[in-house]
Formats: sequence, C-alpha cells, structure tokens
Amino acid sequence: MSITEPAPKPYSRDWLLSDRPASRRQASLGRAYVVWRRFSENRLALLGLVIILALILTAAFADVLAPHNPLQGDLRNARLLPPGAEGYILGTDDQGRDILSRLIHGSRLTLLVVVLVAIIAAPVGLIVGTISGYAGGWVDAVLMRITDIFLAFPKLVLALALVAALGPGIENAILAIAVTSWPPYARIARAETMTFRNSEFISAVQLMGASPFRIVLRHVMPLCLSSLIVRVTLDMAGIILTAAGLGFLGLGAQPPLPEWGAMIASGRRFILDQWWVAAMPGFAILIVSLGFNLLGDGLRDALDPKEAGQ
Amino acid sequence: MALTDTSAVTRRNKRRVHPVASALLRFLVMAVTTLFGLLAVTFFIGRVIPIDPVLAIVGDRAPQHVVERIRLELGLDLPLYQQFWIYLKQVLSGDFGTSVLTTNPVLTDILRVFPATIELATIGTIIGAVLGIPLGVLAAVKRGSIADQVVRVIGLVGYSVPIFWLGLLALVLFYAKLGWVAYPGRMDIVYEYTFTPNSGFYLVDAILQREWAVVWDLFRHIILPGSLLGYFSLAYISRMTRSFMLNELAQEYIVAARAKGLSETRIIWFHALRNAAVPLVTVIALSYAGLLEGSVLTETIFSWPGLGLYITNSLQNADMNAVLGGTVVIGAVFVAINLLSDLLYRTLDPRTRSR
Repeated sequence: MSITEPAPKPYSRDWLLSDRPASRRQASLGRAYVVWRRFSENRLALLGLVIILALILTAAFADVLAPHNPLQGDLRNARLLPPGAEGYILGTDDQGRDILSRLIHGSRLTLLVVVLVAIIAAPVGLIVGTISGYAGGWVDAVLMRITDIFLAFPKLVLALALVAALGPGIENAILAIAVTSWPPYARIARAETMTFRNSEFISAVQLMGASPFRIVLRHVMPLCLSSLIVRVTLDMAGIILTAAGLGFLGLGAQPPLPEWGAMIASGRRFILDQWWVAAMPGFAILIVSLGFNLLGDGLRDALDPKEAGQ
Repeated sequence: MALTDTSAVTRRNKRRVHPVASALLRFLVMAVTTLFGLLAVTFFIGRVIPIDPVLAIVGDRAPQHVVERIRLELGLDLPLYQQFWIYLKQVLSGDFGTSVLTTNPVLTDILRVFPATIELATIGTIIGAVLGIPLGVLAAVKRGSIADQVVRVIGLVGYSVPIFWLGLLALVLFYAKLGWVAYPGRMDIVYEYTFTPNSGFYLVDAILQREWAVVWDLFRHIILPGSLLGYFSLAYISRMTRSFMLNELAQEYIVAARAKGLSETRIIWFHALRNAAVPLVTVIALSYAGLLEGSVLTETIFSWPGLGLYITNSLQNADMNAVLGGTVVIGAVFVAINLLSDLLYRTLDPRTRSR
C-alpha cells in the first residue's frame, strides 16, 4: 500500500474501475462501465438493445433498405401476393404495395411517436415532480393532486377522447399520448427529489446563495435522470401499443402513411384469406415493443441492482 | 412557541383518529377531487378544444335551428366557468346529452351496453387470476429455472403484443380454421328471439333461467375475447404474484415454518401465499380496471356490444356526446376501482394500520 502505486493506464479496465478516480470524467466513465458490465451480463437485455438499435438503423436508412416504394404499389401485377413471392419477401397488400417496404418506412413513424412522446412527456413530468418534491407544502399538495387525477385516468380512453376532439392525425395522437404519459414521471421525479432534498450537498448549494430555480435545474434534475430514463424506456412499449391502437381505430396516422397499427386495420378485411397483410405489421409491433421492454428491464436491473429480479 | 405546541398536539390528535375512519376520509377527498378533475378534463375536451362544440355534437349537416337550439342549451354564450358549472350539474344528474347516432340519451345507451363490458372484463379477470397466481407462485418458488423463464416470457409477450392484432389472429385460428368458437358477437341471432334476459348480464340470466343451450352458446361467444383479456391480466398478475411471493419467501417466518418441519406445499400455498394475498387483491382490482379499458379494442375486434364498441362506433360517427359520456363512465369506474382497492388494502392489511 504505497503512495507511489503506478497509476493505471487511462481508459484501461483498472483505470475505469479505480475507486479513486482522479477526474470527474474518469468517475463518470467508470460508473458507466460498471453499469454496462452489469447490463451486458443480461442476455435478454442485450437482445432488447439490438432490437432497438436495429429499429433506429432501419428508420435512418429506410430509403436505402426498402426494396419498393412504400406508398405506391403495382396494382396490376402484385396485388395481395403471399409472403415469399418473387421480389416481395413479406408479400403485398391490397394495393400491390410491398409490405416489407411499408414496414421499413413505418419504423420512422414508430420512432417518431416514441421519441416525440418522450420529449414532451418526460420533461413535463420531471419539472412537475422536481418542483413538487423540492418545494413541498401546498405546491406539492396541489401538483400531486393534479398528477393523481391524470394518473387515475384510463390512458387509452382519454387519448381516444382527446383525438376525437382534436381530430385524427399522427401529431394529435402524439399529443394525446403525451398528455396521458407524464404523471408517472412526475411521481418518480418527486420521490427521487424527496430522498435528497435535505441532504448536505443541497444545503451547501443553498448556502452559496443559489436560487431555488438553479438548485432544481442544476442539482436536482440531473440526479433524477437515471430512474426517469428507465421508466421512460419501460413505457415505450406501452406508447407504441397505444399509438398502434389509435392507428388501428383510424385516429392516428392517416393513409397512405405506413403506420403499423393502421396497416393492421387495412389488412383486417382480408384476414381470412390473405392473413399476412394484417399479421406482418403486428409482428413488427410485437418485436419492437418486446425490445423496449427487455431493454427497460435490463436498464433497471443494471442501474438499480436492488430491484433486480423483482 | 405556543403555536408550534398546538400544532404538535393537533398532529398527535390526528394520529389518534381511527385508521379506517381516516382512510375513509382520505378516500372521500380523493374520490371527490378526482371526479372533479375528470369532469374538468372531459369538459375541456368537449367544449374548449373543438373550435365549434355545436358542430362537434350535431355534425355539419344539421339545420340552422337545431344548431341555434343546441348553442343555447349548452349555454355557449355564457362565460366558461358558468358553462362548466352547468356541465357539472348536468353530468351529476345523469344528463350526458343525446347521442346523434342512436338518438337516445347517452346515459340510457351506456346503461344498456355496460353490462356486456362488465361481463367480459369479469371473465377476463377470472381467467387471469386463476391462471396467473399459480404461474406466479411457480415462478417464484423455482426462481431462475426454466419454468421461471417461461412465465417471464409469457408475461413479457403479454406486455408487448397489440391486443387487437392478437384478437384478429385468434379469430382466424379458432373461429375460421378450427371452428372451435362462435363468430364475433355476443349471442347467436336465433336466441335473440327465444331468450329474454332479465338484465344486461346474459350469462347470469341464462344460468338462472336454466337455459343450458343458451349458456353454451354464450360461452362459445365469450370464451375467445375473455381469454384474450385474461391473457393480459395474467401477464400482470403472474408478474406481481412472483414479486410478492419472492418477498414473502425471504421472510424469517418461512424459515421457522421449515424448521418446524411443515411440508413445502403447505408453506408455499398456506403461509406465504396468504400473506401475499392482500397486495394481490389490489393487483387483481387494478387489472380489472385495466381490462375495462382494454375492452375498447377487444370489443371492436369481436363485435362485442359493450361500452368499448359503443365508444369506437361513436368516434367513427363524430358523436361527441356519446364519446365523452363513455369516457366519463369508464373514467369514473376506473377511479372508483382504484380507490376501493386502496381502501380495501388499508382495511385488510393490519400492517398499514399501525403507521
């Protein structure tokens, strides 16, 4: 145990796992490495990560990957071809459009929905929750009562009513889902905030004269992020399912957009003889939401080992 | 100083209030404010968001005098808070307006269709609980085994699959290809004329009237959508059961029971499960509420004449009164179940009383 112990090479395993990090960057990289090691031990979680990465790549390179035009089909020669038909791996729909190409382009809409809902709902929940937890008193009481009210709503039914009033369309569907999604985030952020509201580092910042606004923004919110990210990831599957449900009822993305839920709805008429038209988009939804669920479970276990296996 | 003293005294007095009474009070406050919030939101959706609420209610083909009459009836010339007050009074007296589609009062329609949804959700919850609890117990007892993994995957798929899609595939397989179940709907048309139910709960009525042919027919209709909802409830119930059981099995009284030489079966099913039962009641209640919502899409697939189908049909026809009426009813039932399960939990579990 000499003081002149040689410092581990930067970015090596020992450097990352060092319990005496020399810089803030080393500490955060080390923590990320530990989380990653715990995460990657879980095979199902890795599978989830692969699925989501595949979704993102598919969405990014949809133009290159899709073999056919997703919106315009070959009505004369390629109507309702079964899977495996020449040039159409997953078959074609009633308008002669290649289902695979539509699924590939539809991944953009799916990603758009989850990302936008997360971008709208997570910050709202974070702001409401941290303010509520930090301020306490009547502010907390009022904000949490409002949160409880929204939490008590059945999500899909509220989203339905909202879209009915706003009018169908993917933007309104996203808005409606976001309105129904934020309350759990507020609850989590509040609970996290409560655990360290009275801790010393907050008192220290208060003594230094930081405004409540600054404390919440710079010192409280960052600490709530990890549990929020886990929860948002776990919610993604639900968001996808709600969006698909709205699309299925004709309230989400409008034709000819290749939204997966709407594709199932349009395949419903041919379900008895041309089952693949409705079945294929369903598989896509199932795989992607399974991916988000596995990823979320893995993230939770890696970030919070206490709850692992629950 | 005196001020803090009195507040401490009142706090101590508050703690002495009977736990059930305080739970009841909390329950009432929650119920009233949540219901108020629910109505505020539906009011907002129905009257504030649409550019012209009258148009949203009567459609664009209504003659001018109807439009004028509705406008006055809704009090659209009044300020918003007065409109909200009128809306509150109307809803609390059971007036949700008239459905454009059926021309009946919305409340009459809802009372007619709601029993079908309750019947479906009840069957779903029964299936989910009867299968989900043993699966969850099995997964917890054999933690980490193949059985545990299988239960986990069943649950995960249940969380990830679009219910309407699974319903469509199930219909193709079990109705069209195998012919095991009846076509979508609640009952064969033949029985529409021969069987007169006393209430909306056909299954109960048929059993009470000893119409076994009708019971069999109803069963053949309900089994597929019921199992489908049951699967979703199973996914949730088995996961929670596993979690509660793991929690119980790690307790010391289990070790004590083993040391006494009790059989493993007895320990698991009598000692551990009994203690896990209280939170499970809450979980089952919550999953029941979830199924009421899940029935919206399921009923659409199976042409089940319940509240979900009523709402989606009204949606397609821009029948805003009916949509909002259905939303309020589902929301209110949802809230009621949530609060009741909370109350039940507090009364059933002695541990929550000491706090």
